[in-house]
Amino acid sequence: MNRIDEKFAGLKSQGEAALIPFVTAGDPDLDATLQILRAVERGGADLIELGVPFSDPMADGLTIQRASERALQSGTTLPQILEMVRQLRRHSEIPLILFGYYNPFFRYGLKRFAHDLNAAGVDGILCVDLPPEESGELRRWTDPHGLDTIFLLAPTSDATRIRLVSEQGQGFIYYVSVTGVTGARKRFEADLRAQVTRVRRVTRLPVGVGFGVSTPDQAAWIASFADAVVVGSALITQIEKAKGWREKSKRAGAFVARLKRAMKRVAKQS
Amino acid sequence: MPDNRGHFGLYGGRYVSEALMPAVIELEKAYTRVRRDPGFRREFHYQLREYAGRETPLYFAAGLSARLGGARVYLKREDLCHTGAHKINNTVGQALLAERMGKRRIIAETGAGQHGVATATVAARFGMECEIFMGKEDVARQALNVFRMKLLGAKVRVVESGSQTLKDAMNEALRDWVTYVRHTYYLIGSVAGPHPYPLIVRDFQSVIGQEARRQILAREGRLPDYLVACVGGGSNSMGLFYPFLKDRKVKMVGVEAGGLGLKTGRHAASILAGQVGVLHGSKSYLLQDRLGQIRHTHSIAAGLDYPGVGPELSYLRDQGRVRFASATDREAVAALRLLAEVEGIISALESAHALAEAIRLAPRLGKDRLIIVNLSGRGDKDMDTIADYLGVGL
Repeated sequence: MNRIDEKFAGLKSQGEAALIPFVTAGDPDLDATLQILRAVERGGADLIELGVPFSDPMADGLTIQRASERALQSGTTLPQILEMVRQLRRHSEIPLILFGYYNPFFRYGLKRFAHDLNAAGVDGILCVDLPPEESGELRRWTDPHGLDTIFLLAPTSDATRIRLVSEQGQGFIYYVSVTGVTGARKRFEADLRAQVTRVRRVTRLPVGVGFGVSTPDQAAWIASFADAVVVGSALITQIEKAKGWREKSKRAGAFVARLKRAMKRVAKQS
Repeated sequence: MPDNRGHFGLYGGRYVSEALMPAVIELEKAYTRVRRDPGFRREFHYQLREYAGRETPLYFAAGLSARLGGARVYLKREDLCHTGAHKINNTVGQALLAERMGKRRIIAETGAGQHGVATATVAARFGMECEIFMGKEDVARQALNVFRMKLLGAKVRVVESGSQTLKDAMNEALRDWVTYVRHTYYLIGSVAGPHPYPLIVRDFQSVIGQEARRQILAREGRLPDYLVACVGGGSNSMGLFYPFLKDRKVKMVGVEAGGLGLKTGRHAASILAGQVGVLHGSKSYLLQDRLGQIRHTHSIAAGLDYPGVGPELSYLRDQGRVRFASATDREAVAALRLLAEVEGIISALESAHALAEAIRLAPRLGKDRLIIVNLSGRGDKDMDTIADYLGVGL
């Protein structure tokens, strides 16, 4: 069992859903990111998605596009991100997932990529533009290192896709709450609960919900029927608004704590 | 080619987010059906003939050939198509496909604006809602085409992210598609994107090569020695080359945008100067830095100003079937001027890159040799750019 599986097993026994904050690595620089990640963990994050900036983030809305641009402007590179992960790992066992687009990973060299991720202490990879059909060349190298490849499902996924992703997925399934790009939203599709339930009936993997989750109430509602809640753009906005790494990490940690408290209240009720 | 998952050897495939997978699979199924449907083919060719103005002439450029003093140069006159470029071949085909799939809203990306105009045109013709995504920089340098699209009833969405050119327009179109995927048809204009787009666009554009092959056989009684076409994403080159691929003696040259020169780094020569990578749904040669970030490109021709290239062209390059060359901004403008002076034809800046290569090639060949250049579009849209380049005020 790797850190991701252990975490989900532990939370399940307590009847809790996992909170997974998304942070763009290097926004505005990697020193700040390290402090933000520590604050987010103290605030109650169960797992962390660490965004690897890409020049052409076509699945992302404006908030994460801007975060990516800031990170690239400060010269953030994948080797530097892995170095920061090594530093984080000295004091933390929080499950860590690299979240990004395929090209920077592919260009790094997949064999070296898998080796270096494992050595740095990364637990899983989520590649937005890498569906199961194209993932063979990556998994040839990541599977032997015990790195999880996490796949997505979306409201457009039919029964065939749900089966395919259930069979091939590792760690958990990332269910995209809406057809669209990342970004905070006021409302969700009315049948989100039914859609997630439909996926959970098919898979043995935990199901996390992301895209658009922005308030403690939304996080709590999703926690009542999903195994995990991913919060990205709303957290990035908090980080964006604050000045300096101290203020940024303080706000990020406080925001995550509010989300987690709301999710725990639901766990106690049910 | 391609295999059933859209791979051309190492290249191609389907690198899209899960939300789009059902849409590209649905498209593949719909296209597989119409590909076998003689009724669809009849309708397609009817529209190409009656609406798009095919077939286009294969014109013997006597003046140019005499000036170059070598091979006989023929021009495949795609510039004479309705809307002024080969782009209409593909948009007619895909509009018919969208209609059969029951999609009433069409989106497209555009660089030079030719694909945008061709898409807006068929959307008007078939009564569909239409939105065109175009980078801010391209909107500025192709103002005439922006106005044409609006006149045709399309909404033009100005893209301000990234380098504000074609690749960013494609990012934004993909973002729109994933949001409204249930009723929107994404009409990709090049042989790029996820499977089945490279296949669909190649098939619809193949009419160029099919006609040219027939025409040269009728005129010269033999196949040409060379085919020359410019390559941005690669739709006009694949359209010309594909029907000749099995004719082993026909040499093919793809001409990429050399911009200010390959050594300056300011160009758009993906195959000559790129490395393999994944962008916009497929694996292919790509202009990127050593970290896999996509590089900004430069070409005087907006339609070539793209960091990627169609996967089948990457495959044909590795096979050695297609040779690649480049022409700089300066060479393209010089070629455009020469053609205007000796033939009375003003080509698009994109097509002028192919002409530049033919101008280098023809004098080295004997007078009995034949070259076909794909004159993929006309130059009206480029008057501001050329005047600006030459320092002439309009």
